[in-house]
Amino acid sequence: MSPATITFIGLGLVSYGLKAFGPVVVGGRRLPPVFERAAELVPAPLLAALVMISTIVDGNGFVFDARLAGLGAAAVALRFRANFLVTVLVAAATTGMVRALLN
Amino acid sequence: MSKAEIRSEALTIGLSTTPFGVAFGVACTEAGFRWWEALGFSAFVFGGSAQFAAVGVLAAGGTVVAAIVAGGLLNLRSLAYGILLAPVLRGPRWWRALVSQWMIDESTAVAVGQTEIELRRYGYLAGGLSVFVLWNASTFVGFVAASGLGEWVLRLGLDATIPAAFLALLWPRLNDSTHRRNTIAGLVIAVALVPIAPAGLPIIAAAAGVIASRWGRS
Repeated sequence: MSPATITFIGLGLVSYGLKAFGPVVVGGRRLPPVFERAAELVPAPLLAALVMISTIVDGNGFVFDARLAGLGAAAVALRFRANFLVTVLVAAATTGMVRALLN
Repeated sequence: MSKAEIRSEALTIGLSTTPFGVAFGVACTEAGFRWWEALGFSAFVFGGSAQFAAVGVLAAGGTVVAAIVAGGLLNLRSLAYGILLAPVLRGPRWWRALVSQWMIDESTAVAVGQTEIELRRYGYLAGGLSVFVLWNASTFVGFVAASGLGEWVLRLGLDATIPAAFLALLWPRLNDSTHRRNTIAGLVIAVALVPIAPAGLPIIAAAAGVIASRWGRS
């Protein structure tokens, strides 16, 4: 087998173990109320970190580029109650235009 | 949110991953993989950042073990997602085992964006299916198209679609002052960890740190 094949099988197994532990092992058991409280609190900081990481982080460094302008435009779109698709398209179009201007 | 709206959101978030799927297919071509190896990553690993990391390590001449560790670290957060969503994914064990493969950022985001447990379950399945199909299809398209498209992803600003999608999912929560404070605390933790922690860990730490710090007050 090629290194690529071994890697996707190995990483696939590792990833699946991580993904399935909660649903399969923790499973249908009723968890203590603290977990429900946690589940209610987790999304906001988690989504915020995902926004930040996917906008300005590359590996262990920060990269500030046209995506920031796109994110700002998305925030404006959301402020004016744009729906999901419009928000995403506004972000992409703004990023593309700002990138063209910067280059 | 109605089921129709959830489906629309799931389709949109699936479409928002396709530029990266295309880019991943292109990266696999450049790394000298065969088409079924590219699809092997997208179907079996099914986690964009982990896939890119593993292919990057291999392409740079790293070992198989290094590639698996790098990718595994990036997928650590799916452990947190799985525990978070375990109460949502009710059903026979075989069914839970099957749908666990879809435990990724996007399906989790669509699920936690809903208020009722049944809609969270629906959101997870819709988001997971949508991203799985479109991610694999776009990987294949990218592999076949091979070159040039990577540049167009940037020219069209398509790399901004993922953060915008996450922001749209976060937005409604910012009306609540507790969530707003947690959002800021999570951002501070994540930013502080980026320079020192393996990629993927700041995302987990943002959530874990906020929960730990608020435990006594909740």
